[in-house]
Amino acid sequence: MQDSSTNHFSLFGLPATFAIDTALLDQRYRQLQSEVHPDKFAAASSTEKLRSMQWATSANEAYRTLKNPAARARYLLELQGVHTDEESNTAMPADFLMQQMEWREAIEEARDAKDLPALDKLLNEIQSTAKELQQALERQLGGTSPELSAAAGSVRKLSFIDKLREDILQSMEKLEA
Amino acid sequence: MALLQIAEPGMSAAPHQHRLAVGIDLGTTNSLVATVRSGMSTVLHDEKGHALLPSVVRYLTDGAIDVGYAAQAQQSRDPQNTIVSVKRFMGRGLNDLADQAHIPYRFIDAPGMVQIETRAGIKSPVEVSAEILKALRLRAEKALGGELTGAVITVPAYFDDAQRQATKDAARLAGLTVLRLLNEPTAAAVAYGLDNGSEGVYIIYDLGGGTFDVSILRLSKGVFEVLSTNGDSALGGDDFDRRIFCWILEQAKLPPLNAEDTRLLLTKAREVKEWLTEHHEVQITSVLSNGDVINLHLTAEEFVDLTSHLVAKTLNPTRKAMRDAGLTVEDIKGVVMVGGATRMPHIRQAVAEYFGQEPLTNLDPDKVVALGAAIQANVLAGNRSDDDLLLLDVIPLSLGLETMGGLVEKVIPRNSTLPVARAQDFTTFKDGQTAMSIHVVQGERELVSDCRSLARFELRGIPPMAAGAARIRVTFQVDADGLLSVNAREQTSGVESHIVVKPSYGLSEDTITTMLQSSFASAESDKQARALREAQVDAQRLLEAINAALQQDGDALLSPAERAAIEQEMQALQTLIAQDDSHAITRAVDALNHATETFAARRMDASVKQAFAGQNLNSLEI
Repeated sequence: MQDSSTNHFSLFGLPATFAIDTALLDQRYRQLQSEVHPDKFAAASSTEKLRSMQWATSANEAYRTLKNPAARARYLLELQGVHTDEESNTAMPADFLMQQMEWREAIEEARDAKDLPALDKLLNEIQSTAKELQQALERQLGGTSPELSAAAGSVRKLSFIDKLREDILQSMEKLEA
Repeated sequence: MALLQIAEPGMSAAPHQHRLAVGIDLGTTNSLVATVRSGMSTVLHDEKGHALLPSVVRYLTDGAIDVGYAAQAQQSRDPQNTIVSVKRFMGRGLNDLADQAHIPYRFIDAPGMVQIETRAGIKSPVEVSAEILKALRLRAEKALGGELTGAVITVPAYFDDAQRQATKDAARLAGLTVLRLLNEPTAAAVAYGLDNGSEGVYIIYDLGGGTFDVSILRLSKGVFEVLSTNGDSALGGDDFDRRIFCWILEQAKLPPLNAEDTRLLLTKAREVKEWLTEHHEVQITSVLSNGDVINLHLTAEEFVDLTSHLVAKTLNPTRKAMRDAGLTVEDIKGVVMVGGATRMPHIRQAVAEYFGQEPLTNLDPDKVVALGAAIQANVLAGNRSDDDLLLLDVIPLSLGLETMGGLVEKVIPRNSTLPVARAQDFTTFKDGQTAMSIHVVQGERELVSDCRSLARFELRGIPPMAAGAARIRVTFQVDADGLLSVNAREQTSGVESHIVVKPSYGLSEDTITTMLQSSFASAESDKQARALREAQVDAQRLLEAINAALQQDGDALLSPAERAAIEQEMQALQTLIAQDDSHAITRAVDALNHATETFAARRMDASVKQAFAGQNLNSLEI
């Protein structure tokens, strides 16, 4: 939706780095929406209304991308020409895969046993792993010589974790229904 | 110096003229209309001083239509022609109505939305709702002394696209210009937050007559940001009545009842519920149409037991919303209770227990939604110049497409902030395939059959290619009202198909036009007069908007030649307004809109730059 001269970071006047000031991002996002949101153009011409919807849509998309650490890292890598290829590149270190399998089994067991507290505990566990990966990304993408391919690996791991998280949440919803 | 060069005396854009705008809470049980007067949001009363309008419509034998208390008073005597809780049927098919056995209507299973047979003919829930909205519009116009510029209509946050579209159609049918569809909990948050100057994360727990919503909002300096929403669009105070009703049937060992007795006992059940909100016990007495007398005794404790599963049912969506927002109860600054059903003490208690704090009940739970909607209507109508209110709402249910094997591919996940657009690429699966059917669904489940079908359309004319070679990009755009439009485009050939979702569960444009025409039941010349009047009003609004824009930014953003080109189109339109050709006016409006495209783009870029004064921002190519 955007040309190459602008990106999600510049939209909010932020430097294109992984470690961002999230409070500033929140503030800039609200500032931008205060200017472009369709509610500000309810009495405007239909041309301006359309323009406003496109801008507000872009602002939401940019904010969503930058707000989520995995999406932010993936986007930052893409800006530097590195694609994370999560769909095709599923090669993972053996220990990470082992951990994944253990978690998946644990989720299934907890689901079969209708054990909500166990699911909650698993959720906390994978969330702390997600946090570690985010810290790794901060190292990999920061500094003077960023390790882009290592960072791409971390993003792929984070995607795995996100899927697990979704699974756990869905299992919890089903148990509660 | 920018001067108004175009507007003639008397036709000038009057920027400080107060525009009449209202907020309407179209509720399952009761509806209200409110407006901002002298800076205060106020509910408008009818001539008898009633704030609430019961959402009841009765079709009389002489062709007249009663709405409100008069209709409600007759509901037990004339149940089949007196429609209550019509909101439950909006955008719903017959098989969506789980409890039809207890609803005393003659339903007709129509494609799309269920219809109801009355003595005035077959009525769609949209038409019935339009009667309620019309009554509120008349009330407002009488109280405010003029025609309304527009209205904000509230809908349950958990309403899907079909239900939203049905509501918007009803408003059009009632002769209202819809400024925005606003989610009920968000409206409540506006009324609450602005009143209390609140900052922080708040829960809005909204249990109405027929719908349950829970929304989590972050309030910060006039920005109301919805973090997540959840709910149940078929759970409300009505269900508590129905539990009492069923209990009466069991206790009195009654056989299946006729429509009159069903309505009589449902009404009785509602009175029992309301009584037990403030008392410990109740004696239930009723005389059925066959002379049988019912005499039962119910305590508040028994009532709590009867309905505890319903209370528990509201906590599941609450937990989901918390999880989606990534929050725990410690993060919650306050819990605002909305909807008449939240008066029940056991609901307040359950919410207090879950959140570990007493819920806030200092605003009238029946009125808070309408009050908030009025504030938003006032802003949208342009009556507030201090731009310090912004609502950022979300889509409540995921949108997706049917893929092979009846599975759903999600395109826009629930709780995405509006407006939102998302594209997904698909390909052909057969050699030489030239068409692709696209089925749009809404819901969280994996199977298409478990989600709501919104629309089916076909992209035709794909150039024959090998299987998998075509690239079909399907783009979903959801606007600030939460309404969806879908665009499909084959990337290599540019073949395109676009629809505004007017779905399996809605009314076609033709049906609405027919209904509008028949509801005015007027001569052809009247219709033309109306079309002309509408075109003139639209044109005048556009001229005002562009005049205001020119005054503000014309000198800075336009060259004299560009400005002259716009002014020429304005002049042309201005001349046509005084004449009586509505088609010519519409064409001139289109031409003027087209002429201002560059100006609009520059204005938008300029205001974005202003937002980050000092930042160097590139213009956005969309």
